[in-house]
Amino acid sequence: MAKIELTRSPFIKNTLKSRYPQLAVFIVMLVGYIFAILAGLIGTPVGSHNFSIVFVWIAWWAILILVVVPFFGRGWCAMCPIPLPGEWLQRGAVLAPPDKKPKWLNLRVPKMFRNIWLQNISFLLLALFSSVLLTTPSITGIVLAAMLFAAIGLSMIFERRAFCRYLCPVGGFIGLYSQAAPIELRIKDKQVCVTCEGKPCYNGSSAGYGCPWDVFPGGLTKNTYCGLCMECIRTCPHDNIAVNLRLFSADLAKPSTRMDEAFKAFIMLGSAMIYAGVLLGPWGMLKDAAYNVGSNAWFVYVFIFLAIIFGILPGIFTLGIVGIKSSTPLKHRFASLSSALIPLGLMFWVAFSLSFVLTNASYILAALSDPLGLGWNLFGTANTTWQPMLTPILAPAQTLALVGGLIWSARTAQKAANEVKVSSIPMVVYCFVLTSVMLWLLL
Amino acid sequence: MNPRLSLLLFVMAGLVVAFAPLPDPAIAPQARTFRMDARQFAYSPSDLQVNLGDTVTIQLLSTDVVHGLYVDDYDVSVEADPGQTATLTFTADKPGSFRFHCNVTCGAMHPFMIGKITVGTNNWLFRSIGLAALAIAGVMVSIKPKA
Repeated sequence: MAKIELTRSPFIKNTLKSRYPQLAVFIVMLVGYIFAILAGLIGTPVGSHNFSIVFVWIAWWAILILVVVPFFGRGWCAMCPIPLPGEWLQRGAVLAPPDKKPKWLNLRVPKMFRNIWLQNISFLLLALFSSVLLTTPSITGIVLAAMLFAAIGLSMIFERRAFCRYLCPVGGFIGLYSQAAPIELRIKDKQVCVTCEGKPCYNGSSAGYGCPWDVFPGGLTKNTYCGLCMECIRTCPHDNIAVNLRLFSADLAKPSTRMDEAFKAFIMLGSAMIYAGVLLGPWGMLKDAAYNVGSNAWFVYVFIFLAIIFGILPGIFTLGIVGIKSSTPLKHRFASLSSALIPLGLMFWVAFSLSFVLTNASYILAALSDPLGLGWNLFGTANTTWQPMLTPILAPAQTLALVGGLIWSARTAQKAANEVKVSSIPMVVYCFVLTSVMLWLLL
Repeated sequence: MNPRLSLLLFVMAGLVVAFAPLPDPAIAPQARTFRMDARQFAYSPSDLQVNLGDTVTIQLLSTDVVHGLYVDDYDVSVEADPGQTATLTFTADKPGSFRFHCNVTCGAMHPFMIGKITVGTNNWLFRSIGLAALAIAGVMVSIKPKA
């Protein structure tokens, strides 16, 4: 299928070029975000009746992982409110064209941090405390506020969106999975970029800001680090930027060779499996260990969690590929072939989230009417009783997601294997075994 | 083989794996009673196994705060006050594996207070693994030999 350029439509192009529609969405999101922080800090401590828990971890999470990431990639980053206050301060403006004087320190992020290891660490930190984070409004409020202030602080010190690019725990995995999405922002003609003077898409101009994500659009070949902020569409003087509809997982045809990205795939895959067992499984001992932060059992849980992600999963994967005859170095093979785990990991998260979200979605109606748990009944839905939704179709839907993810991953493994000229069979078998374990955990 | 024919064959095989009727083991239904403790945030025992047609009675004893037990798909529930036992009886007439949940807010981890009851054999799990194996076979068959 050829790509379909969405920005050929004048309506879409003008909507993306104008700052006002995006600003309107940003403001709604920012208000919601600040309200979630306040609800977490001052609302009821009962998570299932608090806006911060219900709207962040059930409603937002459902939309993010079931719709936005699979179909729009980094679409969430295009409307995320977290970097806004910092960016406005950094620029000294909300909408006005930039002046040339840098505000604040405007330093370049040190080279050693220009990768996603910090994002891997920040995600793991949240993951290890997730049983408390997902269920305790005050902790959710504190974490949301901390992310907002971290983004502001980094905007004061470093240039562009350093928080989004190098630290955001959510942005890391959205970037990874955005490679599978059927949407992309790319240049139309490379030669135009080669001859373009001043590179305003990267450096900024009177029409707009230089890429906040520190990406030169002329070199974009993957979605991973493009935040779809649309700034380059505004600044490109040659109308050379397009938003395209494309085949799913087009970016994975040329797999990455970076270890930070490879381990992100293992972190996400392993976390989905661990969550399925701990949060949705019938084993109370695991829930106790995950929830009682600081206890001996929790430290054992942390050890096992990290051992699965950094030892068992990549270890077995390595064993599967180490014996394959290839002229490609093992490290390069490991990183390239791990791209096969990206569709599988995404569908593991979809299957896990289906169960979690459908079971708890009825809390949304109650929290809508009484977001702070103070006895309000704003829309007459405060007394909605808890009732799992669509449970008869849950298991088939999860099977569809997991088996579909397996097929998708197997096809990706074949492409990656062709790239490094090895057999794909060990990766396919690996994906099958992990899928069987996930099926056992969920069904 | 023609790729379209291969795809058709695999799809048909998938439908057979997913939906072909399986013989029911002829086990006479019986009454089964489980005494189950409920505490923040776990049931004990939390993994029940019964046969299709059994009359299941769960005596739920709450050992700390008020807890409930709601069985997915069966849409039956019971609530137990602290230190009290409440009884839930139902006929296990739907085969498969079902989660049961606490349906009374009982603390932070309440949404994850979950147990499992398997009625007969969890055929859907085996069918799903069969589908996964079939899918892999299909993908492997479709591999084009390297030039």
